[in-house]
Amino acid sequence: MADRERRMTPPYGGVFVARTTVLDAAQVERALTRISHEIIERNQGLEDVVLVALQTGGVKIARLIARSLFKIDGVDVPMGTLDVALYRDDIGLRPVMPEAETDIPVDLSAKIVVLVDDVLFTGRTIRAALDALTDFGRPRSVQLAVVIDRGHRELPIRPDFVGKNLPTRRDEVVDVNPEGVLLGEMRK
Amino acid sequence: MSNHLIDLKDLETGEIKELLYLTDRFVEVSQRPIPKVPALRGRTIAMLFFEDSTRTRMSFDLAANRLSADVLEFPTHTSSLSKGESILDTVETIHALGVDALIIRHYSSGLPRKIADGVGVAPSVINAGDGSNAHPTQGLLDAYTLCQHFHGLAGSDASLSGIHIGIIGDVKHSRVARSDVHAYTSLGATVTLVAPESLQPPNLEDWPVEICEDLDSVLPTFDAVGLLRIQNERMKEGLVPSVDEYVQRYGMTETRAADLRDEVVIMHPGPVNRGIEIAETVLDNRKNVLIKQQVTNGVPVRMAVLFRLLGSGVEID
Repeated sequence: MADRERRMTPPYGGVFVARTTVLDAAQVERALTRISHEIIERNQGLEDVVLVALQTGGVKIARLIARSLFKIDGVDVPMGTLDVALYRDDIGLRPVMPEAETDIPVDLSAKIVVLVDDVLFTGRTIRAALDALTDFGRPRSVQLAVVIDRGHRELPIRPDFVGKNLPTRRDEVVDVNPEGVLLGEMRK
Repeated sequence: MSNHLIDLKDLETGEIKELLYLTDRFVEVSQRPIPKVPALRGRTIAMLFFEDSTRTRMSFDLAANRLSADVLEFPTHTSSLSKGESILDTVETIHALGVDALIIRHYSSGLPRKIADGVGVAPSVINAGDGSNAHPTQGLLDAYTLCQHFHGLAGSDASLSGIHIGIIGDVKHSRVARSDVHAYTSLGATVTLVAPESLQPPNLEDWPVEICEDLDSVLPTFDAVGLLRIQNERMKEGLVPSVDEYVQRYGMTETRAADLRDEVVIMHPGPVNRGIEIAETVLDNRKNVLIKQQVTNGVPVRMAVLFRLLGSGVEID
């Protein structure tokens, strides 16, 4: 869950208390390496591939995937960042603030966009991201890579590349970092 | 932040910084191939302009459109107001139509505050300039323009500290000067007002500024200069002896501009009286005249204000 979401989802603020380690650092790295191979395989190389990281949780992950793609194929894939706050469907229902930088360095028309996020949950962030992307051009295709798919989808959205499927309760919180993935909850 | 924006004095410094930080985001949105976001879809914003305006009105209009809000133009000349309906009753009517925000400009100082007090929580009332009282979005956009010029962007902790800004001209009648002084000094700038005694406001001791009558003695110390528009009426009222004398004492003439360091920034809220507040050649040829940038920044600043009041969903205190 992105930092912003954590801060803005009830109980607002609060402290994350970890209960279990889902993946350790080595396992995260292995998952991202596998995802990188899958991206190359699916697209028969990296021509026209652009990584677009969702702010803020997807950025660190996208950087690691970019590094791993470079190691495997020697290609420096362009990477952008996207803050979807202004495209959310819950504006006015809960605190929403665009806080992080949107920077799409290339025209996305005819490109293969791989959206990168840390956790896939309801799918609403991805829905907002798909809307936002159309303002930057018309990609040839859009694919989705996430470290954790925790279920509870509210929209017909599915990931193309997944690090790990993790069954969760709705009120649990998943914390993703290059150093590991933790499952826990927020406490006041 | 309350759900109205009447005067920058009502905001905490942190809230001003938050609006400027939010403006950074909307500057980025304004540079996209499609500079429009769906953030305020379904919201309606009414514009009540009782005084002529080009840039403020168009800029609010564009800001609302770029946030996908609907804009309702209130025809101040052909409305029931001319039938004698009071402004507060008119505002009630507009509220009953289902409007989420009122943007109001009026020649009478204090009217937006009165309306805001009258409506309570909703709709949001945004002051687009009232008499000689306040013009909060102009203060924000002038401060933003300086932050952007000196630091590239506002950032999460916008600051103008270490910068000396001169505000020159008819301070007495200027709502822009009042809002600028508040915005600049909140961000840590030093401000000096330069005006003849007849154009200095009363109660100056309450202002966190230096005052000076002689422009040439302080001009070399400024990093930025804000020129104010001189209205024709002031001449008629005899507050200024003549145009020539005003230009000679307070105009940004070619001679004065030539003596300025190249880095010194010149601003003006518009519309400019060419040849009076600023010489034609200075306006058109000098580097670091930021007047167009001020107009450009008006849109993202107003997007930030509208989004903060109508869209962010942050609880109203």
